[in-house]
Amino acid sequence: MILLAAPVAAAPDRLLPDGALRDDPLQSPFLPTVLQLVLPEGARVRFDDRVKVDFPAIAENQRQFPVQVDARAVPGVKRIIVFADLNPIQQAVQFTPHDAEAFIALRIKLDQRTPVRAAVEVADGSWLLAGGWIDAAGGGCSAPPVSRVKGDWAQSLMQLRGRLWTTPAGVSAAPARLALAVRHPMDTGFVDNIPSYWLERVAIRSNTGRLLADLELNASVAEDPAIMLMPHLREGEGVTVAGRDSGGVEMAAAVAGQSSLPPTRLAGTPEP
Amino acid sequence: MLARRQLLGALAGLPLLAAAPDYRLVAEPVAAGIWVVRGADAPIAMANGGAIANITIIATDAGAVLIDAGASHRQGAALAVLARRLTGTPVARVYLTHLHPDHSFGASAFPASMVAATPAVAAQVAGDKAGFSAGLYRLLGDWMRGTELPAPALVAQAGPVLIGGRALRLFTLAGHSPSDLAVLDEATGTLITGDLVFHNRAPATPHADLPAWRRALDQLAALGQARVVPGHGPVDGTPGTAIAQTRAWLDWLEPALRAAMEAGMTMVEAGNIAIPPQFAGLAVARLELQRSVSHFWAGLEAARLPRLAG
Repeated sequence: MILLAAPVAAAPDRLLPDGALRDDPLQSPFLPTVLQLVLPEGARVRFDDRVKVDFPAIAENQRQFPVQVDARAVPGVKRIIVFADLNPIQQAVQFTPHDAEAFIALRIKLDQRTPVRAAVEVADGSWLLAGGWIDAAGGGCSAPPVSRVKGDWAQSLMQLRGRLWTTPAGVSAAPARLALAVRHPMDTGFVDNIPSYWLERVAIRSNTGRLLADLELNASVAEDPAIMLMPHLREGEGVTVAGRDSGGVEMAAAVAGQSSLPPTRLAGTPEP
Repeated sequence: MLARRQLLGALAGLPLLAAAPDYRLVAEPVAAGIWVVRGADAPIAMANGGAIANITIIATDAGAVLIDAGASHRQGAALAVLARRLTGTPVARVYLTHLHPDHSFGASAFPASMVAATPAVAAQVAGDKAGFSAGLYRLLGDWMRGTELPAPALVAQAGPVLIGGRALRLFTLAGHSPSDLAVLDEATGTLITGDLVFHNRAPATPHADLPAWRRALDQLAALGQARVVPGHGPVDGTPGTAIAQTRAWLDWLEPALRAAMEAGMTMVEAGNIAIPPQFAGLAVARLELQRSVSHFWAGLEAARLPRLAG
């Protein structure tokens, strides 16, 4: 389904009486407002199911909800924004794939039943939208992080785990996969006496210095952010990861490539 | 007593409907003086009022024994009516197999002095019930009205128990949850396992310790029972089919998740891996796989992604 692109704020004839966009498959009355919050002013949007937003059928844990956005079927992707209409911090992440596939997987918080969506910027500056509704228990953004309750958040702050899967030499052109897991409380500011404090920037470069991807995160990304990307690497390259939180604490590390199962194998059943 | 047993056995030939207007509980006869009220093989939802767990009713001369009590006060009350109708006596004791709310919150309809649980479950009632309760009210709304889980006053200890002439043997185990109780009715060889055993329905793992669960299943497999009443799914008329099925799922699940992580999958991809054909008959298999990914993935990341900094 591709519908005519139109600027959100300037098209009252696109709005239904309840405020939803006429062509929004999810019929969320809050969407026009959210688009004004998360997209540039005057952004033209259309709904496009070439953008795949996948998540489990139920939100088992409203503080750690897995979302995967795959816009690889869309040519010329410039940016991907992942957001939830009814979260108090709507935008979870803005991902710029400088030299990476238009693919990101991460865990976000859900404060209530909400649409979870991706907005994908394409070459002409317009945005493609896709997503789905997910029911969720309340409080994903307003319950204290586990590491705050345990009290060990400071000991593990900015601890980085990661792994890089590269295609063995001779196997053609499948993109690498990079998994990152950073310890961070990702405080939303909605918990008594805990001001907002979150991991806000992560940049991924090849170990030869090429910028592959950068991420701007918000506190609606789940505690201990865990992210999967598909960077474009040349044979033998590894990646470096650099990040900074809203308090100015920095982290940096290198991830070496490992030979592994080619990602083309990933569609099937893993053999135990 | 024999005459009454025979009478009960005759009655047991017919499924009975409870009088309660809201929960339409149907009791299936399982063995002499034992009935099971089958839960819906579905997630907790408004459509089923949370009545998804199997509840067992056992007749004794001292009154009926309930193994588990349902999800809500109203379900517990409906079970009390049903048990009285089936056995001719009021409920004398309620054993809670574990704290999960689809099994335990119906204890609200019974005095605490009648409710038995392991010390670990009694301690969890104090700690976790508010969270479970909020979750159930959100999913079930008015079904939950008036539900207040009492702190169990009786301690369920491993070993033999004699209630109204009926010999039961209790097993205190763990694995599906931090504390799981199983009950063997000695006279009929009926083993009531709570959620340590699922049958034709995929096992749920929200608080599971998989190695402990396997050990518990090993123990349950060797008790000489004639049949098994699982926590969810149909009664198993054999000693070991449902136990083996639960074991096979757990044996598949753990390495499958590890392999998914090793292969560089995302959580969403891991929740969408092919489920082996041997599990084709299990209800809610995809849903439970995705729930299990949610339960175990962060732990797998911590264990299997190398630490690079900090």
